[in-house]
Amino acid sequence: MGANSRTEGSNLRLRGSISGCAVGLPIFVCFGGAALAFADPTQPSSPTNIFAPASSPAKSIFGLSLFVLAVTGAIFLVVFALLLYSVVSFRKKRNDDGREPPQVYGSNQVELAWTVIPVLIVVALFMATARVIALVQKTSPPGNAIAVTAIGHQFWWEYRYPDLGVVTANELHLPVSDPAYPTPTFITLLSADTDHSFWVPRLGGKTDLIPNHPNTMWIDPQATGVYFGQCAQYCGTQHAKMLLRVYVQTKDEFNQWILQQRQPAFANDAVSQGQRTFETTACINCHTVSGTVANGRFGPDLTHLMSRDTIAAGAAPNTPQNLRLWIRNPDAIKPGSLMPAMQLSDQQLDALTAYLETLR
Amino acid sequence: MSTDALALPGTELASRPLVSKLHDWVATVDHKKLGILYIIYALVFLLIAGVEAMIIRIQLIRPHNDFISPQVFNRMFTMHGTTMIFFVVMPVLFGFANYLIPLMIGARDMAFPRLNAFSFWMTAFGGLLLYFSLVGANGLYGAGNAPDVGWFAYAPLTSQTFSIGHSTDFWILALLVSGFGSIGTAINIVATILCMRCPGMTLAKMPLFAWLNLIMAGLVILAVSPLTAAQIMLLIDRYLGGHFFDTQAGGSAVIWMHFFWIFGHPEVYVLVLPAFAFVSEVIPVFSRKPIFGYSVMVAATVAIGFISMSVWAHHMFTVGMGANVNTFFVISTMAIAVPTGIKIFNWLATMWGGKIEFKTPMLFCTAFLFQFLAAGLTGVMLSVAPFTWQLGNSYFVVAHFHYVIVGGILFALFGAFYYWFPKMSGKMYSETLGKLHFWVFIVGFHLTFDFMHIPGLLGMPRRIYTYEPGRGWDTWNFIVTIGVFFQAVGILVFLGNLIWSYLRGKAAGSDPWDAWTLEWSTNSPPPAYNFASRPVVKSRRPLWDLKHPADPDWNYE
Amino acid sequence: MNATSMTVSGARLEWNLPDRGRVAMQCLIAAEAAIFTIFVVAYVFYLGKSLTGPMPKDVLSVPIVYTVCLLSSSLTIHFAAKHLRRGGVLSFGVLWLATITLGAAFLYGTGTEWYRLIYKEGFTIGTNLFGTTYYSLVGLHGFHVVVGLLSLSTVMVFTLTGRVRSEHAERIEVLSLYWHFVDVVWVVVFTVVYVIGR
Repeated sequence: MGANSRTEGSNLRLRGSISGCAVGLPIFVCFGGAALAFADPTQPSSPTNIFAPASSPAKSIFGLSLFVLAVTGAIFLVVFALLLYSVVSFRKKRNDDGREPPQVYGSNQVELAWTVIPVLIVVALFMATARVIALVQKTSPPGNAIAVTAIGHQFWWEYRYPDLGVVTANELHLPVSDPAYPTPTFITLLSADTDHSFWVPRLGGKTDLIPNHPNTMWIDPQATGVYFGQCAQYCGTQHAKMLLRVYVQTKDEFNQWILQQRQPAFANDAVSQGQRTFETTACINCHTVSGTVANGRFGPDLTHLMSRDTIAAGAAPNTPQNLRLWIRNPDAIKPGSLMPAMQLSDQQLDALTAYLETLR
Repeated sequence: MSTDALALPGTELASRPLVSKLHDWVATVDHKKLGILYIIYALVFLLIAGVEAMIIRIQLIRPHNDFISPQVFNRMFTMHGTTMIFFVVMPVLFGFANYLIPLMIGARDMAFPRLNAFSFWMTAFGGLLLYFSLVGANGLYGAGNAPDVGWFAYAPLTSQTFSIGHSTDFWILALLVSGFGSIGTAINIVATILCMRCPGMTLAKMPLFAWLNLIMAGLVILAVSPLTAAQIMLLIDRYLGGHFFDTQAGGSAVIWMHFFWIFGHPEVYVLVLPAFAFVSEVIPVFSRKPIFGYSVMVAATVAIGFISMSVWAHHMFTVGMGANVNTFFVISTMAIAVPTGIKIFNWLATMWGGKIEFKTPMLFCTAFLFQFLAAGLTGVMLSVAPFTWQLGNSYFVVAHFHYVIVGGILFALFGAFYYWFPKMSGKMYSETLGKLHFWVFIVGFHLTFDFMHIPGLLGMPRRIYTYEPGRGWDTWNFIVTIGVFFQAVGILVFLGNLIWSYLRGKAAGSDPWDAWTLEWSTNSPPPAYNFASRPVVKSRRPLWDLKHPADPDWNYE
Repeated sequence: MNATSMTVSGARLEWNLPDRGRVAMQCLIAAEAAIFTIFVVAYVFYLGKSLTGPMPKDVLSVPIVYTVCLLSSSLTIHFAAKHLRRGGVLSFGVLWLATITLGAAFLYGTGTEWYRLIYKEGFTIGTNLFGTTYYSLVGLHGFHVVVGLLSLSTVMVFTLTGRVRSEHAERIEVLSLYWHFVDVVWVVVFTVVYVIGR
C-alpha cells in the first residue's frame, strides 16, 4: 500500500473531518447524553431505567451489559477511527497527477488477523453471556420463595398467590428481599388469551406470557418502593395501557396486605342499592367479589378494588370520578378495552360507584 | 430507456402514440424495463410507508397525544413495516438486480424473461391487495380495515377469535402472492448467474454484485418458502377450522414464531446482501482500487448465507425456550458477526491507500460504512440474550433495525441510485442536489435513530400508541419525531433530483465514473439487446484490462 | 444447453454452463422442499399433542398399494425419458401414459382414503391437531401430484399430436425431476405419517 504524501493543506482534511464527524458526533452525543441520564442509579431520572437495577436478575444483566458495552464501544472507537482516518487521508488531492493508486488485491495475513481477533472477542462475549443465562434461568425456587401466578389478559394482569390464598389484579405486592437472606418471588406466567410480556426493567428482564406455554421468572427486589413497567408484547388495541405496578413492601406490610386481601367483601346496607345493581346487571359475569354471588373471571377481581392506586391496569388513578367514568364509558379512558359500556342511568351509576367505593 | 431502433441518417422516426409506449411497459419482458418498473413501484410505496411513519411519529411526539386513535395507530405500524419490507426494499433490490445482473455478466437478458415479468406483476399485485384492505371488505364502513397485527402477525392474535373481519386475511394473501413473485425472481437470478455468464467469466471472475445477489436469491428460495407454509397454515386455521396455532386445542403460539422467524431472519440478510453488493461496486471505483480480498468477501458472504439460517430464535429470547436453547442461539448469532465484520474491514482496506473522490454515490456508501458498523454493534449487544431480556421488544430494537435498514441499506441504495442513474437514464444527476439530499437526510437520520436507542434503554416498549409521562421518554421521543421531517425533505430533494435530471440533465455517456465492470461498456441507456457482440472476459475488471492493456488485472489475480 | 466455443487471443475457449431449465427446476424443488419441511415439522411436533379425538393408529391404514403405484411411476418416467433421448417416441409415449395412470391411481387412492376418514370415521381437518396436520401435509402433497399430472398430461397431448421429438429430451428430463421430487416427498410423508407417527 503506497504512502501518499501529506503536503496538501488543512482545507481538504477539515472537510473530510467534518463529514466523518457529522456521522460520529451525534452517536457520541446521544450515548454521552444517555450516560449522563443514567449517572445516578439511586435517583433514576426514569423509573424504568434498565441501568438502575434493584433486583438480582436485573443486576446480573446490568453487570453483563457494562462488559458488552465496553467491548462493543472499544470496537466502535477503533474501527471508527480507522474509517475516519481513511476518509481524511486518502482523499484525492487537488494536485493529483491523475495516475491510479497502487492496485492492491488483498493480503492473507491481514485477513487472518481480522478473522482471529473477532473470533476471540466472540468467545469472550459468549462465555460471559452463557454464565448469566445459567445464573438467571437455571435457578430453582428456594423454600422460602413467594409463589405468584401471573395471568395475562387483554388488557390487564391477574395475580394469584396460590400458597397464600389471594387473588388480585394489576398491582402486584411483594416482600422486599434482604440480599443476605434472600426471599425471592417466583412468578409463573400464563395467558388467558394472546401473547403478553411482563417487563419491569428495574427488577429484571422481560418474560413472555404465552397461552398454552407456561413460563417462569424470578425477582428479589432489594429496596422497597413502587416499580413500574408495562406489557412488552403487542397484544391488541390497548397493549399500550396494560401497565405494571409492583409494590415492594417490608415483610410486615406485605403480611398485612395479604391478610387484608384474604378477607371477603363485607356487606354494607348503605350501599345495598348499588350492590343490587352490580349483581343484577352483567357485572357479575366478568367480575368476582368474594363473599357475594359475583364470581366472573373474565375481568379483574374487584373484592379489594379500593386498595389499588389505579384502575384499568394503570390507565387512570383510582378516584370516584374516574371509576364512574370507567363504568359509564370505558372508551373514554381506554378505547378498545374489552369492558363494555354498561348503559346505566346516572342514578344507577352513582349507586354503583358508591358500592364499589366500599370494596376496600 | 429507449426502445426505438437506431435511426438511419436522413430519416425521421414518427413519434409513437402514448398508448403504444404504455403497452410496451405493461407487456415488457426486458429485464431493464422490468428493473425500472420495480424501482418506480418501490419509490411510490416508499412515499406511502414514509407517510405512515410520519403519522406514527407525530402521534408519539408527546405522551398521551391524541393525533390518531389506537386502532389507527396499530394499523399504521403494521402497514409501515409490511410495506417497507415487502413492497419497498425487496422490490427495489430486485429491480436493481434485474437491471444490472445481465449487463454485468455479459448476457442479453435474464434466463427467463417471461417469468421475470410474471414475478414483477405478482409482487405488484400483492402490494395493491394489501392496500385494498383500506377500502375493501367493509373497509369503507369501518374507516379502513388494514391489518393491525404487527408485521410479524403473532398467533393467536391472528386467529378468528382475536382478529375479527378480513384485515389479517389481506395481510396473508398479499404476502402469499408477492411471495410467489419473490421466489420466481430468485429462481431467475440463480439460473441467470449460473447459466448465462459470458465466456471467460467463471464464478471467480464475476463481479461481487453478482455473487451477493446469487446468495441473496438462494436465501429467498429457502426462507420465503417457510413463510408461505406458515401463511397457508394460518389460512387453514382461519377458514378450514384447523388448529395449527389454536392454543385452546393444544396448538402452539410459539411454533408460529419459529416458522415466522425462520423466514424473518434470513429475510433481513436478503435485504442487506444487495446493499453490500452496491457498496462493493461503488467503493472500489471511487477509491480507484480493486476490492480488497475478493475471495474472502465471497467466502464471507457464503458463510453469512449459511449461518443466517441458524440464528432465527434470537428474536425469541424472551419467549421461554430454556437456557440451553437460548445459549445456542447466542453463539450462532455472535458467529455471524465475524464474517460481517470481515466485510467492513475489507471495504475499509479498499479505501485505504486509494484516491477517494466523494461524489454523491461515495458519500452515501461511506456513511453506510460508519452507520452499518454502529448497527452491527448494537446487533452484537442484542445477541447477548440477557441484554435482550431487557431490551427485546423495546425501542432499542426498533432503533437497531432501523439503523441497519435506513442507515445501512437505504444509504447504500441511495448510493446505488446515484451511481447507476446515468447508466439507466443516459443523463447525469445534479451533484449539488445530490449533496443537499445527503446532508439533509443524514441529519434527520441521526436525530431520529441515534436518539431512539435511549427510550429503549429507559424501558419504552414498542408498538404502543401512547406512553406515560414521567418515565423520562418525552424529550427523546420529541427529538426522534423532529428528525423524521428532515428525512422527508431529503427524500423529496432526492425525488426532485431524479425527475429534474431525467428531464434536463446533461448527457452522461457510457462510462461517467471510469469504472471497470461490463455494464459501463454499453451505451447509456443500453440498447434492448445490451451487447452488440457477446463479451469475452479474462479478469474481474474487464474494462480495466481494456483501459490498461500494458497492466491488465489477469496478471495479478 | 449453453455450450460455446470462442476464440480469445488465439486460444480456443470451451464455455459450458449448466442448462438453465434444469437449474431453475432444482431451485424450485429447493423452495418446495422448504415448504414441505415446515409442514413435516408441524406434523412431527404435534404428534401426541392432540387434546381429543382419534389418534393416528385409530384411523389410519397404511396405503401400500397406492404408494407402490406412485413409486413405480418414478421408474416409468425415468425410462420414458431415456427412451425419448434414444429417439423412441412411441415407447416414450407408452411409458409416459403409464406414469400418468399410476399417478392418477395414487390420487384415487388418496381420495378413497379421505372419503373413508371423513364420512365413515368423522375425522376432518378440524377434528384435532392430528387432523389438521395430517390433512394439510397429505393434501399439500396431493396438490403437487395434481399439478404434476396436469403438466404430464399436457406433454401427453403434445406427444399424441406428434410434437414431441428426441431433441426435447432435456425438457422432459427437467419435468421428470419435478415428478421424482413429488415421489421423494411421498417417501418422507409416508415414513413420518404411516410408519413413525402411528
